[in-house]
Amino acid sequence: MSLLEVRDLAVSYDGRRALHGVSFSVEPGEVVAVVGESGSGKSTTAHALIGLLPGNATLDAGRILFGEADLAGWSQRRLRSVRGSRIGLIPQDPANSLDPVKTIGAQLGEVLRIHGERDRRTIRARVLDLLARVGLPDPQTRARQYPHELSGGMRQRVLIAAAIALRPRLIIADEPTSALDVTVQRRVLDLIDDLRAEYGTAVLLVTHDLGVAAGRSDRLVVMRDGRVVEQGPTPAVLAAPQEGYTERLLSDAPALSERPFRDPPAGEPAIVVRDLVKEFRVRRRPFRAVDGVRFEVTRGTTHALVGESGSGKTTTARMVARFATPTSGTVSIAGAPDGRRFRRHVQLVYQNPYGSLDPRQSIGEIIEEPLRNFGLGDRQARRARVADLLERVALPGEVRGRRPRELSGGQRQRVAIARALAVEPEVLVLDEAVSALDVTVQAQILDLLERLQRELGLTYLFISHDLAVVRQISHTVSVMSKGRIVETGTTRQVFSDPRHDYTRELLAAIPERVR
Amino acid sequence: MSGAPAPAGGGQARVRLGPALARVVPALARVVPGRVPIGLVLAWAVVGLVLLWAAVPGAFTAYDPIAGVPADKLRPPGAEHLFGTDAVGRDVFARVVHGSVHSLSGALVAVGVGLLLGTLLGLLAGAAGGVADAAVMRVVDVLLSVPGLLLALTVIILLGPGTVNVAIAVGVGSVAAFARLARAEVVRVRRTDYVEAAFGSGGRYPAVLWRHVLPNSLGPVIALAALQFGAAILAISTLGFLGYGAEPPTPEWGLLIAEGRNYLATSWWLTTLPGAVVVAVVLAAGRISRSIGRERA
Repeated sequence: MSLLEVRDLAVSYDGRRALHGVSFSVEPGEVVAVVGESGSGKSTTAHALIGLLPGNATLDAGRILFGEADLAGWSQRRLRSVRGSRIGLIPQDPANSLDPVKTIGAQLGEVLRIHGERDRRTIRARVLDLLARVGLPDPQTRARQYPHELSGGMRQRVLIAAAIALRPRLIIADEPTSALDVTVQRRVLDLIDDLRAEYGTAVLLVTHDLGVAAGRSDRLVVMRDGRVVEQGPTPAVLAAPQEGYTERLLSDAPALSERPFRDPPAGEPAIVVRDLVKEFRVRRRPFRAVDGVRFEVTRGTTHALVGESGSGKTTTARMVARFATPTSGTVSIAGAPDGRRFRRHVQLVYQNPYGSLDPRQSIGEIIEEPLRNFGLGDRQARRARVADLLERVALPGEVRGRRPRELSGGQRQRVAIARALAVEPEVLVLDEAVSALDVTVQAQILDLLERLQRELGLTYLFISHDLAVVRQISHTVSVMSKGRIVETGTTRQVFSDPRHDYTRELLAAIPERVR
Repeated sequence: MSGAPAPAGGGQARVRLGPALARVVPALARVVPGRVPIGLVLAWAVVGLVLLWAAVPGAFTAYDPIAGVPADKLRPPGAEHLFGTDAVGRDVFARVVHGSVHSLSGALVAVGVGLLLGTLLGLLAGAAGGVADAAVMRVVDVLLSVPGLLLALTVIILLGPGTVNVAIAVGVGSVAAFARLARAEVVRVRRTDYVEAAFGSGGRYPAVLWRHVLPNSLGPVIALAALQFGAAILAISTLGFLGYGAEPPTPEWGLLIAEGRNYLATSWWLTTLPGAVVVAVVLAAGRISRSIGRERA
C-alpha cells in the first residue's frame, strides 16, 4: 500500500481552478520529485497535502489518502496532529521561515513542545542531538544563536532538523535548495538523502530544478498548468520523455543540455580590472569582501564571475558598474566617460526582476526613463524607441501600458534588459540576471542575451552562482572564492580541466551530464 | 513565450476600472462583485452624505441654522424636527447640516497642514540621512512626546482663536506622525533595487526622489491622512467645545455639543445626535483609511 496517494486533487483560487485532477502516489521510503515551472501548481499541490493553502484557495475535489486516512476532508485542528509528527515540511525560503526574534534552540524546542514533550532537559538534549544530526558544527553555540547569525545553508539545516524532529514518515520538501549555493545545495540534498536512508522516510521533493530532480528522485511527476503531464520512474522519463513538454523542459535545463563551448575571439579588452580591493567594516573589524581581483574582458565577449554567496562577486560587479567605490585598485572601461554620462556606457541588470522595476510605473515609462534622463529625442522619438526596444527583447507592444506586477518574471527581466539597452550602452553587467527564472524562461533570456550580443556587439560581465548557466553563455570565466579569484580561463579550460580544488568542488556539485 | 501565469493571489478578481479612477479612489477598486464590503460602502456613504451637506445644505433642510423660532424651543426629535430643537428654537438637524462645512473644511486644512509639512520633513530626513535626519527626527520625537491637545492649545494661544487657527493648530499636532511615517517609508523605498536602477539609468537626485521615492512612499501616508481626517474632526470639535474655535452662533459641531451640555439632563438630543454624527464620520474615515492602507500595502 502506498504511503500517500493523491487522487484527482482539484484546488481553485478565488473560484479559478489552479489544479485540475492531480493524481500520484508516494511509496514508503521513496523520493518522488514534482517538477514544473512557476505557476504549474506544484507548490499548490504540496501545500494542499497538509492543508496549508492560503485563505483564498479552496480544495474542491479529490482525495489525499495518507495511510488509512483521507486528509482532504480534515479540519485544520485535526491536520495539526499530522503536521510535523507524521508529515514534515521543509519550506522554500530559509531566510523567511525562521522567527527572527527567537533562538534556534527555542524554535526547535517548540516543535517538540507542541507535540507533547514537556521535560526541559529532554527537549534541550533532543535539540542538540538534532542540530548535530543535520551536520551543524558546534550545536551548543548554534542553539543559542538567532537566525540572522547563520548562513542560508545553516538555516536550511535548522529547518530540516525541525522537519525530522518527530521522525515523520513523509517529508515534503518545497524547493528546499533553490535559495542555496551549489556546493551547499549538494550537501543539503545529501543530508536529506542520508536521513531518508536512516529513517526510511519518504520524500516529496518539489522543485523547478530538473538537475536536482534527475539526480535525487526515484520517480518524476511533471506538472504543467495544474495538470500532471507525465509521471514515471526518473531514469525512464529522462531517457525517453513521452510528452513534448517534458522534452522541452529537459532540453532547456542548463544542467542537462550539451551546448558547445563558446570560444573567445581575439580583440581589444573592453573592461580591465586591476588589483581591486573593497573593505567593509564589520563590528569595527575591517573585512575584505574583494581582495586583489584582476581580470580582463575582451570587447564583444562574455566574462563570467562565478562563486558562492559571500565570494565577493556581486561587490566586484557593483564596483565595475560604479555603484560602489573600490578601497583600492582600478576598473577601466574602454571609452567610458566620467560622471553621469558613465551610465550611458555601462548598465546593470539586477537579479530580481520583481524588485528592480518601479511598481507604480507603466512598462513604457520604465523603458523610457533613461531616455528622459539623458534628454534623448523628443516625445515622439522616445515613443518610437520604446517600441523598437520592446521588439528587440521580443515583448508584444501592448505591454507598454501595463504595470510590472501584471507581467511574469521572464517578461519583467526582458523589460529590465530593454531599459538597460535604451541608452545604447556598450557594457552590460548582469548580476544573477537569470537566477530567479524558470528553466525555459532562463533559456529564452540566455538566447536573447546571446542574440543581442551578436547584433549590438555588447560586452557582458555575467555574475552567477550557477555553473551550468555560465557554461552556456560565457566565453571566459573567473572563479571567485572569499574575495579572491582562484582560477581564470576560457570556459572550455575551466570546465574540462579545472586547476583549483575549489573549482573542482563547484563542478562536482552540478548534477551529472554536463560535466 | 514566457512561464505560465502564477496562480491567482488574493483579491486578483478585481473589477477593471479606469487606472486613473482606480488610483484616485483605490478603495473602490477593491469592490468585488459578490463580496461587497458592506462596512466600506457604508463608510463612503457617510462621508459622501456629509460632503453633500457641506456643499448644498439647503437641499437637506429648509430651516435656518441661525434664526430660531422661540415658540418651538426644546422640542424632542420628531417628524417636524429630525434632531429636535435647541433652547432658542433652532432646528438642530439644520445646524448640524450647515455646520458640516465648518468642521469638514477645518479638518481638511488640518490634514493638509499635517500631510504637507509632515511628508516634506519625512522625505527630506529619509532622503538626506545622517545628521539632518537625526536632527529632524529628534524634533519629531519632542513633538510626539507632547499630548496633541496640549500642543494644539499652545499653538492657538500663539495664533489666537478662530476656525482657521484651530485647524492649523490641529494640523501642527499631526506633523510629527506624518513625518515619522513618511521617513520610514522613504528609508525603505530608497534601498530598493528600482531606486538604484533609476540612478543607474542616469537619473538625477531630485528627479529620482520625485519620480520613484515619493510615489512609492505615499501609500501608508495617505492611509494615515484618512485616519487623521477623522481625528481632526474630533480634535476641532473638542477645541470648539472648549471655546477656542468658531464663535457662537456659528453652527460648528463641537460648539453645538458644548451648547447642548447645559440641557443634558432634560434635552438629551442636543448633545447626543450631533455627537453621533461626529462619531459616525470619524469611524467612517477610519474604515476608509484601513481599506486604503490595505490596498496600497
